[in-house]
Amino acid sequence: MEITLWHLLDSLLAILLLGLGWAALSGTDLKRGVVLFMAFGLLLSLIWARLRAPDLALAEAAIGAGLSGALLLLALRDKEKSENNLGQPGFLPGLASLLLMLLLAASFALAYVSAVTGHEGGRLAGLAFGNLEQSGVSNPVTAVLLNFRAYDTLLELAVLLAATLGILALGSERRPFRRPGVLLEGLVAWISPLLVIVAGYLLWAGAHAPGGAFQAGALLAAAIVMLRLGGMRSDHLPGPLVQRWLLVGGITAFMLTGYLASFLGLVFLQYPDGRAGLLILLIESAAMLSIALSLGLAYIGGRPSGWENRSSRGRSS
Amino acid sequence: MGEQKQQGAQFMILTQLIFGITGGLLFAMGLRSALVRESLLARIIAVNISGAGVFLAFVAIAYRGLEETPDPVPHALVLTGIVVAVSATALALALRRRLDEADDE
Repeated sequence: MEITLWHLLDSLLAILLLGLGWAALSGTDLKRGVVLFMAFGLLLSLIWARLRAPDLALAEAAIGAGLSGALLLLALRDKEKSENNLGQPGFLPGLASLLLMLLLAASFALAYVSAVTGHEGGRLAGLAFGNLEQSGVSNPVTAVLLNFRAYDTLLELAVLLAATLGILALGSERRPFRRPGVLLEGLVAWISPLLVIVAGYLLWAGAHAPGGAFQAGALLAAAIVMLRLGGMRSDHLPGPLVQRWLLVGGITAFMLTGYLASFLGLVFLQYPDGRAGLLILLIESAAMLSIALSLGLAYIGGRPSGWENRSSRGRSS
Repeated sequence: MGEQKQQGAQFMILTQLIFGITGGLLFAMGLRSALVRESLLARIIAVNISGAGVFLAFVAIAYRGLEETPDPVPHALVLTGIVVAVSATALALALRRRLDEADDE
């Protein structure tokens, strides 16, 4: 088997990733762990680009490295009881867990090798590429997400909504940051509109190039994070009622499209002939806003202040 | 021609193996940390790294070589997975914050 320069590059990336992962996991300083985890996410997005998965590279850079990192950094502000006990496990549990880890990695590798080397015959890729022309979009990943496996995406939006409802139920928003300096304020004023424009472009481009509702939604959420960092209160978001509708908007658009298909005598979520592209764009727009608001509310940390007043008024009347 | 094709397949499989086994190691490393660490925040990071390992194995399987378009189905699965992972992380962090507040009361 010939080893080329590409394989050396691959090995370098893999070793760097393992090193970063190990460093992020094993340190006792949590702040250092979070920063290393963000670096891990950035390196992972480079690897997605290397493995020819640009859709994933975009999503990972925005979500895996960006938003997760922002959420974790914010969480560092909360004091934790168990943080007093940061030591590594004792000798026996440590050894047992290490053995378990090696066993797991070995069986994973064994299953993986047999899957990669022993597989001949049809893969789903053939089906996906064969039907790409009827899907209404030309980006195969978007076609799988919004057409061939639309059920998965519908349920994913349900998971996202469930997580957001959990976060909203757990408490009210964090106190906003103190007023930032002129420099940060100016930067936020420049970057936020740019983020909105790029998100709109990614949504539109998702039909034929890397991009789509998830990447666009993550960028919009990043705009919310930037505004928040710039000292804005949650008041700059739309009113509570609009927020509630935006949160369920993605699922609603999906379900309505599905029922429309049933009404027209098709299977649930089967798009009518020639209308698939338009319907996918509509669903993706609603899904983008839902994803953006869900992730944004996760960073705000709970029910925005407007929601509280409204519900207490409702209770008193 | 056939030999060239076989060389291409070997080129592809070696890359798949490098990243797939890295994914397996990350998965196991993350899972171990999630089990043995005391700090909740460290556990949340560990679960995320463990998940990243699974994603890496998926995308490595989808890889088809330098010239070929990769399999879009695992890509779509991983894209879904990334968003589900961040929402689970956000919920876990909110639960952690609430737990600490409950401890203080």
